[in-house]
Amino acid sequence: MAETLTAADEQLLHEIANLHGMPEGAFNIRKDGQLVERHSSANIEISTKTDHPGIDIHIKPHTKGETVFIPVIVTQSGLKDVVYNTFYIGEDCDITIIAGCGIHNSSHATAEHDGIHTFYCGKDSHVRYVEKHYGEGEGTGDRILNPVTNVVMEEGSSCEMELVQLRGVTSTIRDTNAELGKDAKLVLTEKLLTHDDQTATSNMKVNLKGEDSSVQVISRSVAQDRSVQVFNPLVVGEAKCRGHVQCDAILMGEAKVTAIPGIEAASEDAVLVHEAAIGKIAGDQIVKLMTLGLTEEEAEQEILEDFLR
Amino acid sequence: MLKIKDLVFQVPLEHDPSTKKTIIDHLSLEVSDGAFIVITGPNGGGKSTLAKLIMGMEKPTSGTIEFAGEDITQADITDRARLGIGYGFQQPARFKGMTVKKLLDIAAGKRLPMLACNEYLAKVGLCSAGYLTREVDKSLSGGEVKRIEIATILARDPKLAIYDEPEAGIDLWSFDRLTETFRDIHEAQAGHSIVIISHQERIIRLADEVVVLRDGQISLTGTPDEVMPELGFTSKGINGCMLSEPTDLHLTPIPTTC
Repeated sequence: MAETLTAADEQLLHEIANLHGMPEGAFNIRKDGQLVERHSSANIEISTKTDHPGIDIHIKPHTKGETVFIPVIVTQSGLKDVVYNTFYIGEDCDITIIAGCGIHNSSHATAEHDGIHTFYCGKDSHVRYVEKHYGEGEGTGDRILNPVTNVVMEEGSSCEMELVQLRGVTSTIRDTNAELGKDAKLVLTEKLLTHDDQTATSNMKVNLKGEDSSVQVISRSVAQDRSVQVFNPLVVGEAKCRGHVQCDAILMGEAKVTAIPGIEAASEDAVLVHEAAIGKIAGDQIVKLMTLGLTEEEAEQEILEDFLR
Repeated sequence: MLKIKDLVFQVPLEHDPSTKKTIIDHLSLEVSDGAFIVITGPNGGGKSTLAKLIMGMEKPTSGTIEFAGEDITQADITDRARLGIGYGFQQPARFKGMTVKKLLDIAAGKRLPMLACNEYLAKVGLCSAGYLTREVDKSLSGGEVKRIEIATILARDPKLAIYDEPEAGIDLWSFDRLTETFRDIHEAQAGHSIVIISHQERIIRLADEVVVLRDGQISLTGTPDEVMPELGFTSKGINGCMLSEPTDLHLTPIPTTC
């Protein structure tokens, strides 16, 4: 039987997918491992998987300007929800996919959601993918999110992926894998904010297989209190290609960040660059904003918001 | 507007913390409403320190600072900013993720119309509206960041604007524009005061009053005509000739259409 949504659920949906009520077009809303509501459109068909829990999303070639929403919320503690979502995106599409998971856990037991998302991006298609993770709840129960994102990009396809986790997730291990064909272009942006005793690990592996493929990995994170973050992005260039990995972290309190950006070239025409910087908020930034009338706390908040914008 | 009385600022010596070095030495200065003062003098004379003491970035060892009739000697930077003191940094901070538009909005304390932003930028020689969405990070050149810094003070429009070497890092073309801008602000904003720390003859010439700071003390004050001959800018090749060097010229290609 389909679940129904409470006001708190709707607030969670707003937080992760900026949704107010049911969206237009194709969507699939899942709560506590159950389907709440699903809608396919003329060009986008969403169907239940037969082998695993989860859905297949088929997007017809030449579909342009459509958005698919597939948010998940978890409100039941003690629940471990594992879901497989696979996107088959036809040729010459231009679409936006909004995913995300919000956990509200007010008990002392763990709530966990592991979403395994796989994307097959057709030739010359452009995909924008936004995934927001968020946790809340007054209980001491852990809120765990372990997403896996796999992307297979065909010739000439381009993909912008924005993976965001701001606050409230006790522990996360994120695995992102991508394979790029000829002329494919991927921009992978990850934004993380951890606090208290949270831990976050992000592993990424991008294989640049096709000629003139390119990837830009941008990681921006803020680690507060006693939280611990580990970044482990690796870009492998197997052809004439371009790759750039950039990790920037702001450290606050007693937090700890490890950044290990890796590049591996197996072609003499692969141009790969990595850079990483970890540091506290620069004093001159705070002072400048204070001379514009902000308090020290307001200045710090402003700097963090812009950094993770 | 601003009254500085008997100000002393000392710092402990690095190799011998028990000994104090005096940076500002019993200095008194008054900036009246609508005044345009340029503070100049040799490097190490205490100019930037004085500016920081006025803004609250440093706290004096003794003496008092009054602003608009209020004793602000112990006030913090935010309080002074809210009372109406603005500060243009010699080396401005850069912010990852913050757009030029956002920085101007924060400076103005409100969301500014695009047109107003473009006017502020044009006044500092940045003509393209494309700057508004650029981030104030290392993708901007030193000269661009410096000009944006000055634009933030224009957007803030403080009662008392302090500029610490605004010419440093500005290319020659913009420098012309900048001197005009300072003159325009001064003429347009009756009652608002400007204090500029500068080594540049053309900025010194804009002033109503020039203050020469040497060894933490005021060694000379007067109108530009009175003070200039003493600075050895033109005819006298005396020790003061370091002042004739434009500081740190930064040449950046810029459009000349606005």
